[in-house]
Amino acid sequence: MRLNQFIIVCLCCLFMANTASANVIPEMVEGFQAQGASVGDADAGEALWKKKFMVEGKARSCQSCHTLDLTKAGSHIRTGKIIEPMAPSVTLTRFSEVKKVHKWFRRNCKWVLSRECSIQEKVDILLFLQKQ
Amino acid sequence: MTRFILVLIMSVFIAQNVYAADNFLGVPRFKGVEPIKNALYQANCAECHFAYFPGLLPARSWRDLMAPKSLENHFGDNAELDEMDRRMITNFLVNNAADDSHYKRSIKIRRSIADGDVPVRITKVPYIKRKHSEIPDRLIRGNPKVRSLSYCLNCHTQAASKGVFDDDTVFIKGYGEWDD
Ligand code: HEC
Ligand code: HEC
Ligand code: HEC
Repeated sequence: MRLNQFIIVCLCCLFMANTASANVIPEMVEGFQAQGASVGDADAGEALWKKKFMVEGKARSCQSCHTLDLTKAGSHIRTGKIIEPMAPSVTLTRFSEVKKVHKWFRRNCKWVLSRECSIQEKVDILLFLQKQ
Repeated sequence: MTRFILVLIMSVFIAQNVYAADNFLGVPRFKGVEPIKNALYQANCAECHFAYFPGLLPARSWRDLMAPKSLENHFGDNAELDEMDRRMITNFLVNNAADDSHYKRSIKIRRSIADGDVPVRITKVPYIKRKHSEIPDRLIRGNPKVRSLSYCLNCHTQAASKGVFDDDTVFIKGYGEWDD
């Protein structure tokens, strides 16, 4: 009996830990602010999200793969693979892992802007995405 | 006596498994390539295209592809990883590469590559090139539903689930079945 109860408690804990895929944006924004970023500005984030950068004679932007309407699915500009909507209000699993967000900021900023995004730019973009 | 026979049969059976060569009496042991899955690999190499099975390339090709410099410019895209993940994924790919596989397509792939060659594309492996040489380009690059030979799943209906690429399981998106 004791053991059974213990196992049930363990299972419950596991279950809760698993489902608690909370949105990590607030936590990340705080982290960047602790490193010196300002409060941030969602409008600046939106402007950067839409801004076109010329690379190898072609315009690139965050919208190249994530589309204009963030509540709709995008598709990878080269491979065509479907990318679930970026809006956290539509895709509930969005922004649930700090490591994943860092990874894609690094990859996508380098691909679009030809450099890493600054912590301020990341804060702005995250605030913009959070509102969707 | 029966016990002796049993032991004998078992020995033969065990021996066969231990010496599981490429093939048994000329017939390869397994179809396709091994449909092996790995959570870390799926999370990091299946975001832009399906996760290519390790048995589609030899270990030396995977090592080349997975070098930090190669990932930074991954066929014109950026597939950078953090160092821990990069190492673990490289090990997974190298350990399950075509080199020691008992699967039919992996054996054909590795045998078609010359010793010194290190193809970084599956589509540049001689065996894979040869198998697709008769498909007109309008069904591949000229076909918006396929885009490139690199996207195996746009034609091979059983590749993702079973690692099977047999010609009788092909359905070319935007075109249809293939009979040559
Ligand atoms: C070449 C295509 C492409 C472009 C351009 C692109 N992304 Fe992405 N992005 C992806 C893919 C693929 C994923 C991962 C797929 C998924 O999570 O469904 C992703 C994921 C992300 C994520 C992680 C989402 C999460 O749920 O954790 C963030 C953040 C992100 N992108 C931001 C950006 C920003 C900012 C830009 C512009 C600087 C940008 N992306 C441009 C393809 C692209
Ligand atoms: C950011 C998007 C992205 C990510 C992440 C990514 N790839 Fe790719 N991959 C591509 C693109 C684009 C191509 C080129 C497709 C083409 O030529 O049409 C490609 C091609 C390949 C090819 C060659 C396919 C052929 O033509 O035979 C291999 C092998 C490959 N990727 C393996 C990997 C591995 C392993 C990982 C994980 C470390 C990975 N990819 C992660 C975008 C990506
Ligand atoms: C445009 C559609 C298309 C794409 C994309 C494609 N294939 Fe194929 N593949 C075919 C067709 C059609 C055949 C049969 C060719 C024949 O026998 O004439 C074939 C045959 C094969 C065979 C030999 C099967 C047999 O029965 O002999 C292998 C192995 C194979 N493909 C692997 C791949 C791999 C790996 C990829 C991705 C890197 C890929 N293919 C992408 C259409 C495609």
